[in-house]
Amino acid sequence: MEATKKEHELIVTVSPHIKSEETTSRIMWSVNISLLPAVLMGAYFFGPKAVITIALSIISAVLAEYVFQKGMNRKVAINDGSAFLTGLLLGMNLPASVPFYIPIIGSFVAVVITKQLFGGLGFNVFNPALIGRAFLLISFPKLMTIWTTPEAAFVAFDAKTTATPLGILKEEGLSKLIEIFGDKINLYMELLKGHRAGSIGETSAIALLIGAAFLLFRRYITWHIPVSFLGTAALMAWVFGGKNPETGNMLFFTGDPIIHLLSGGILLGAFFMATDYVTCPSVKKGQIIFGIGCGFLTMLIRLKGGFPEGVMFAILIMNCFAPIIDRGFKTNIFGALKIKESKK
Amino acid sequence: MSSTNSSLKELFLNGIIKENTIFKLALSLCPSIAVTNNLKNGLYMGAAVLFVQVMVNITISLMRKVIQPKVRLPIFMLVISGWVTVTQFMMAAFVPDVYAKVGLYIALIVAFASILARAEMFASKNGLLPSMADGLGMGTGFLFALTTISFFRELVGKGSLTVPTGLATQHVFTFVNTKPLLIMVLPAGGFLAVGILMAAFNWVDAKYLKKSTHGTH
Repeated sequence: MEATKKEHELIVTVSPHIKSEETTSRIMWSVNISLLPAVLMGAYFFGPKAVITIALSIISAVLAEYVFQKGMNRKVAINDGSAFLTGLLLGMNLPASVPFYIPIIGSFVAVVITKQLFGGLGFNVFNPALIGRAFLLISFPKLMTIWTTPEAAFVAFDAKTTATPLGILKEEGLSKLIEIFGDKINLYMELLKGHRAGSIGETSAIALLIGAAFLLFRRYITWHIPVSFLGTAALMAWVFGGKNPETGNMLFFTGDPIIHLLSGGILLGAFFMATDYVTCPSVKKGQIIFGIGCGFLTMLIRLKGGFPEGVMFAILIMNCFAPIIDRGFKTNIFGALKIKESKK
Repeated sequence: MSSTNSSLKELFLNGIIKENTIFKLALSLCPSIAVTNNLKNGLYMGAAVLFVQVMVNITISLMRKVIQPKVRLPIFMLVISGWVTVTQFMMAAFVPDVYAKVGLYIALIVAFASILARAEMFASKNGLLPSMADGLGMGTGFLFALTTISFFRELVGKGSLTVPTGLATQHVFTFVNTKPLLIMVLPAGGFLAVGILMAAFNWVDAKYLKKSTHGTH
């Protein structure tokens, strides 16, 4: 904001003099807009309840930020869109059928405990929305895993519950999943559209990809984290994801990576949450390591862990390592190399 | 006489507020997270520490003239472990159900930094009455911390409260039709609870208590 005001003034400071037009709030609001397609698809599939859940989560996140900053006599920065984004991401990560207090508690934990208590935007160690969701999942394990089928939520009030594709894949295997969706091509298409049980904003792969393309095109995110994240996950799904239908033993190199990439929250996580500027490494090489770690942990939890989905825990665990990764891949300071060479 | 009384009172309050083992010194955090998922366990653990702290301070204070400085630490440890063993036997006899849960941590009282520290820094250098006041203060501070943490955790995490009545224990009340925040009774919630209450304690101390206690000096 201050930078734009000074634009026409004579600059007498030392370099750099060329400044980017980008501001934190502009980037944040762009990310919010890029999530719009996925939100619309979620609203279309899961109905008014989904809209209410997301709205509650956004309102309480912004309100929590406002009240905390007011109470601590800090500058109120709700206009920068970061609290809005946290609330939006949290809402998108919830099942549509949760009771009203769940998004409120989650937003409070995300904004106040995860972000503001650590010093506000830019100082949080973990992705706020994901901590909010982890807190909710551990606190309300039953409520947070009631998934409703898309049609049921839209039409009837007493929604029919079902397992997510990943849950079915884990409990009953691929053949059951194909049986439910008809054939394999139909399964892929439905997953791509987002016509499946799951969190509100994670289901529609195509809508998420549109948003991600927008962010990549505007260069708000780079390819490093998403590609290494999804690539590692796909590789692991292909190598270790296969099962012998008769014995149930692992069958190497027969897994189906496409199902693993299209179901669960992996697209939402890889493009919109692992790439959070604050909690991912800022060095490009480090970002690749970060993405590989996320992909590896996600598939480890999906294939071997107790939960059907592991994106959230994978990103949170890698968030811990982000500062260490950054230190490991320290870039050379501009000009520092010359001094070293001249000493030789 | 009045001056000694006021100094005894100060010694007592020192352990509760200014040098509260958990909230101010951040020592002995292991039991404060491990046993505080219900109020009853927290109360008994706090009471056990209070008892051991007072008895150790009394014993060390009485023995301070005969303890050889070179071997004082082994002697302190012996005294502490003696009193911990007494506590263990007493708890195993009177409250076996609590002992089954917190027994491991009762044994760990031997290694509490706060108890050895008070023996070394205070009881071995001071007379009986000040040592008693100091032990009472430190122990009560610990009891207070454990009680508040376990009260908070059980109330939020399970929506119930368990208190000892006489020697039996019973649930005081249980909320009906609410979904408590389960995370608070899990280990992760222990860290959260200790952090939140530590912040609250220090905030209250800085805002209200510091003025009154420091104003008298």
